Amino acid sequence: MLSQLEGSRAVAGAVVCCRPQVVCAYPITPQTHIVEAIGASVKSRQLKHCRFINVESEFAAMSVAIGASATGARAYTATASQGLLFMIEAVYNAAGLGLPVVMTLANRAIGAPINIWNDHSDAMAVRDSGWVMLFAEDNQTATDLHVQAFRLAEELSLPVMVCVDGYVLTHATERVDVPTQEQVDAFLPPYKPRQVLDPADPVSIGAMVGPEAFTEVRYLAHAKQLQALERIGEVAGEFAEGFGRHSGGLVSTYHVEDAEVVIVALGSVLGTIKDATDELRANGARVGVVGITSFRPFPLDVLREAIGDARKVVVVERAFSAGFGGVLSTDVGLAISDAKARLSTVVAGLGGRAVTEAGLIGVFEDALGDRLEALRFLDLDKDVVDRELARMAGTRRSGPSAENVLRDLGTVASGAL
Amino acid sequence: MSKAKTDGAITTTQPVKFYQVGSFAVGNRLVDPSLRTVQADAARTNAITSGHRACQGCGEALGARYVLDAAMRATGGKLVAVNATGCLEVFTTPYPETSWQLPWLHSLFGNAASVATGVAAALEVQGRNDVRVIAQAGDGGTVDIGFGCLSGMFERNDDVLFVCYDNEAYMNTGVQRSGATPPAARTATTEAVGREPGNPFDQGKNLPRLAMAHGIRYVATATVADLHDLEAKVERAMDFRGARYLHLLVPCPLGWSSAPADTIRIARLAKESGLFPVFEAVDGEVTAASGIRRLVPVEEYLRLQGRFRHLFDSSGAVAKTDIVARLQKLADANIERFGLLQPEVT
Repeated sequence: MLSQLEGSRAVAGAVVCCRPQVVCAYPITPQTHIVEAIGASVKSRQLKHCRFINVESEFAAMSVAIGASATGARAYTATASQGLLFMIEAVYNAAGLGLPVVMTLANRAIGAPINIWNDHSDAMAVRDSGWVMLFAEDNQTATDLHVQAFRLAEELSLPVMVCVDGYVLTHATERVDVPTQEQVDAFLPPYKPRQVLDPADPVSIGAMVGPEAFTEVRYLAHAKQLQALERIGEVAGEFAEGFGRHSGGLVSTYHVEDAEVVIVALGSVLGTIKDATDELRANGARVGVVGITSFRPFPLDVLREAIGDARKVVVVERAFSAGFGGVLSTDVGLAISDAKARLSTVVAGLGGRAVTEAGLIGVFEDALGDRLEALRFLDLDKDVVDRELARMAGTRRSGPSAENVLRDLGTVASGAL
Repeated sequence: MSKAKTDGAITTTQPVKFYQVGSFAVGNRLVDPSLRTVQADAARTNAITSGHRACQGCGEALGARYVLDAAMRATGGKLVAVNATGCLEVFTTPYPETSWQLPWLHSLFGNAASVATGVAAALEVQGRNDVRVIAQAGDGGTVDIGFGCLSGMFERNDDVLFVCYDNEAYMNTGVQRSGATPPAARTATTEAVGREPGNPFDQGKNLPRLAMAHGIRYVATATVADLHDLEAKVERAMDFRGARYLHLLVPCPLGWSSAPADTIRIARLAKESGLFPVFEAVDGEVTAASGIRRLVPVEEYLRLQGRFRHLFDSSGAVAKTDIVARLQKLADANIERFGLLQPEVT
């Protein structure tokens, strides 16, 4: 059913149609609208047979989900940023126990300095946790990926995280075809747990495992991710049959067939990248785009094929590893390690800084003209950085850097950029 | 069960729950079979079966078996246990040698209460209200790293009995101080050196009173020295719905540097000295306390434990009279607060 909806509401609607039985909520911007909407659905009895639990922290939220999932209930929660980091021990635990929890991550920067706006630092912090991590490009994909997430999670007994850009998607109102209950019921069978706490058939879950078996148990986590690599595309295909539209899959491609330069990115920035590509193509430049939907498992082969014979690959990332460079770039680099293509990382849109079409066109033109360096911070005000470095060099007690930079700029932190 | 007066002071104590033979011995043989303990029943569930790797004289292993067997009987075997990381989790599970004869889930050190909330919610939403949930942790997993989750579970009044097996320090990691370590006790992080040897005074948390302050239905303390009392409290706890808390003192021969054979004796002396008050509270108010039957000075309790050895000289006489006097004051305050020397009313 077509609706004009806020992204969070559309996601909440899809999750409600998936009939979760335990939903735990702890507020953190920009995720909060999702659980608020689900809570209202539970309280109004639109969503029946569901416990909505207001917990005291994100660590508790994931822990409640773990207990519920191990007891045979379909469990869901949502978080962002600091909240994800606060629950990170339980995030790893859910994956290690093989519990099919589904979680929305409304991507947001990590402090300090505290910042509530969008980037992908939070997702990158749990890259190795064992969760399947799917990134949404727009709100239709965000909505549809949640329905697919429950299906994948429960088939494979693996937790699935759907990454949705904070504000850019969660707070954007646009047209979304929201799944109907009938469609979802036909697509998503009831949860049949692989392991369950049941007095009629008692099992121990979470036992200590020593060196004699730890490697094998951990390898099984990898094997399940490899199964997910197969199933993600198939599930997207089955979704398309039931819902009449394509959503999900491992990657999405745009004009890659003859591309000389291929741009790779995650999430909502792909929209702007495609606009920039259209602009450049209108002038004859052979630029293409690969959007990565499945970040974990990482589709090395599919990505290699999509990049093809491009001579230049530009990874646009909303996160980076201080002291090193790109995070996604490392994975992309592995995919093209046998190719001749040269790789550049463009760190863009940190802490909610707008990634503009004009800025991207400049980058891509530099890539086409072989002027793009290996690592570039898009729109970085180098003068401000240099002045703070000079202050630090000039006096030991130079004070807090973030505050110095703001004072230097003469602006009040507002997200105006 | 006797009632507390409504003016707030505790003026009565509960009757002893075991058969008395005119001495301080606790016997089962002369008792009517219906009054015997769950542990005396050959058909008990043995929820934690033997063969696990606990130390000799482990109070926690005893306590957990007593608690779970009693809870299994109270629920007709329809019980799920959630465990925090710690000794109990480690010594029962190096796979494939699990000791657990009931469905059992271990997640993390600090989240047992929240995981139990999830288990209870899942059971409720599946219409399985007949299956009950116990969460269990040591004092570290209860008063320290697990307290946030525990407090949340309490205030939401989730249908979980949380049991703290309190051995007064982090034993699994090598006997470090916890928020439940008593003053003057030596641990690996409160060494018995300097002007104030051992754990400082005026620190630590009183979890039973904190639990009561949440207004949950039922709070009780117990020791492994009094099996009838412990089992009765577990069974009573299972009569209530909502959040409940049982705080069980479990001596640890390794961490306390005590003889394995003295575990029960030390637990009894903790109560008889007044240092560990044994009581019950319903809806935030103390309703009954187990009276002291033979009052002993705290030094009798302390002397059996190497963690307090620095308070005594080589002949066993008190050397640090000031510190022992401060500990005695704590015991006296408990005796006063809970009316532990009141005559028992039956």
